[in-house]
Amino acid sequence: MQEGDVKFLEGSFKKYYFDHFGLVHVPDRMPEREFGFQKFNSGMIRHISLRDDKEMHLLLMREVPSDVYCSCAYYSFPNLPMREKDWKEADLIFDIDAKDLKLGCRKDHTVALCGDCGSVSSGERCSRCGSAKLEHKSLPCKDCIGASKGEVRRLTAILTRDFGTDPKDIHVYFSGNEGFHVYVYNTQFQQSGSRERSELVDYLMLNGSVPETFGMKRNNTKRDMLPDFGQWGWRGRFAGEVFGSKTKRSKAVSKLVSDGYQSFQQTLARLSEKIGVKVDPNVTMDIHRIFRLPGSLNSKSGLAKVFCRDLDSFDPYVEASFLSDDTVEVLANCPIKFRLKNKKFGPYVDETVTVPTYAAAYMICKKLAKIT
Amino acid sequence: MLALGQDEIAKYPFLADAGQYLKDMGFQLEQFGTDPDLKALVETAFERIKVATDGQVYKSDLVDGQVSRDAALPREVFSFLIAIVLLKLCGMPTLIRRFALAEARRAERYLERDLANISDESKKELAIRIIDDLFSVRVRKQDDFFVMPAADYLKRAVHFHEREWKLVNRHVDGGLVFLSPHETVRLIRAELGIYINSKINGARTPAMILGFEETVGRLVSISKKFSTHTVTTGEYPPCIKHAIDVLEKGENLPHSGRFMLATFLLARGQTVEQIAPLFKNAPDYNEKITLYQLNHLSGSSGSGTQYNCPSCEKLRTQSLCYAVPECDNIITPLHFGRKRS
Repeated sequence: MQEGDVKFLEGSFKKYYFDHFGLVHVPDRMPEREFGFQKFNSGMIRHISLRDDKEMHLLLMREVPSDVYCSCAYYSFPNLPMREKDWKEADLIFDIDAKDLKLGCRKDHTVALCGDCGSVSSGERCSRCGSAKLEHKSLPCKDCIGASKGEVRRLTAILTRDFGTDPKDIHVYFSGNEGFHVYVYNTQFQQSGSRERSELVDYLMLNGSVPETFGMKRNNTKRDMLPDFGQWGWRGRFAGEVFGSKTKRSKAVSKLVSDGYQSFQQTLARLSEKIGVKVDPNVTMDIHRIFRLPGSLNSKSGLAKVFCRDLDSFDPYVEASFLSDDTVEVLANCPIKFRLKNKKFGPYVDETVTVPTYAAAYMICKKLAKIT
Repeated sequence: MLALGQDEIAKYPFLADAGQYLKDMGFQLEQFGTDPDLKALVETAFERIKVATDGQVYKSDLVDGQVSRDAALPREVFSFLIAIVLLKLCGMPTLIRRFALAEARRAERYLERDLANISDESKKELAIRIIDDLFSVRVRKQDDFFVMPAADYLKRAVHFHEREWKLVNRHVDGGLVFLSPHETVRLIRAELGIYINSKINGARTPAMILGFEETVGRLVSISKKFSTHTVTTGEYPPCIKHAIDVLEKGENLPHSGRFMLATFLLARGQTVEQIAPLFKNAPDYNEKITLYQLNHLSGSSGSGTQYNCPSCEKLRTQSLCYAVPECDNIITPLHFGRKRS
């Protein structure tokens, strides 16, 4: 990122942290957490310990980070190297990202930035120099956010029913870019390690299930052993999805039994794809991870990671955009339309435009504009 | 400490205080080497270990979990205690491990039977208490099942490789996992083995007892057959081949895939300098960062921790597994192509 862009973003981010520090969520048990941050055009600095909100404020004002992170884990010595930290426990966190949902709309709002010549194109190779070193940038649409919300609902439903989680303990945050972070507090998994959390993720994603779990055997399957409506966990969801209604169960069961074991395995694979929750497994299983701090800005978009009070009505492009309305002139090469704070922008093809700071920051963060 | 009846001591001899038990019964260890009547127990103890090394479970004299005859109780308990003495004198960890596992499986049968006991509530309660006290597993009965919190279940089940133990293949409701008596007990077998193993390892090694020498010698020769050598074909497993293919094509390999590839190659003895060029085609390649990360993984920088190659299970979750029949149920890519000789 060029110097002018860094200066502009740092100025905008600093103003946000000065004006809106109240939005930055200072986590519980702060002295037991590890913090980290990045500055524009720089690497990660982590293993930081902060005692209170004053130290946090000071860090934000002094460093003007591009991104701020806080550990899901609690340690005795959060500022020491990883193996000396003395891990105590970790919150259970899920990451749902629109880019993992294989949505058809994605190709319509994704562009490729060439790593060699810097031009914007949409194919497998750079249209100007033919390079394959492409970095993809997406400006998620309403459907992306809608589909991500759907995954959050599915996750919440399984956590409450199958794992007895109190809905009040499930906190949903917009990640500040393409999805949601779901924090689950007071769970029995607080002290679970990485492998246990990985198994939990497999459960939620319906990964690795075998036909026997659903009553299907290689030989002599008994019809009444197959799932039915209202049954526990995945058996109940299987019945709902595969049979549709109670009246259709008998016919569907006959078909499943006659199609045989292998076909049943394929049914399970399809089901996993369709109704398994699409969370990023690597995130949940990482018990030492530092997560974007709620209330902080995301340097991939200039939007804030914010708490979703009402998921249904939540609009990230209105409720997570906090940078100022002051206008600024940028050279934009953003071939995709976008909407922020209920205003439409773009498409721009190598043109100089005057836009509000929040829109300029959004494009610059996506590397689709530069300060003139 | 649990209060144990005679039947329980016979079923779960590892719960008894060995030295105290001998004393209470009016015996000294040395007598077993010289007294012709007691010497037979040394042979029984040897058999008990031998059976374990063959992967079998020692057949007890108990009938329906009860001490069948007067002599059976001392025989059951003494043969266990003498077996421990023999193992300590022999000093071969392989034998101790195998014995502990076999004894765990033996106890598992009784625990399972006690859990499933409909007529005697006290037996069931004792079995639940053993599980709870020794392993801190909060098991309780609910209808026809034994239930435990999913986190407790997972802590143990992650060590099993059979798919039936995956949480997704379990009856889960309200944060609890529903299990049969057999499954409940199977779940703690390894811990039971570890518990017995630690009890044996923690026991004092006595000086050689007159009359035990020949039996100890036989155990040493048995332990020799367990030393094995492995050879590796050197071929890469499909997950690693796939990762290399992706990089060679200049496509993006996710962070988890790069981690797998690097840790695998490091474990196979390649150096950071040999591995780094593999990542040259990655769309976001940066030589400085690549070397930094590889050095970090190898333990030569940062905290000094050398990172391990992920297990096949983890790779399956991360969609990085491309298993072929030759994988033959290995648990880590590092075992691919490895054969025992």
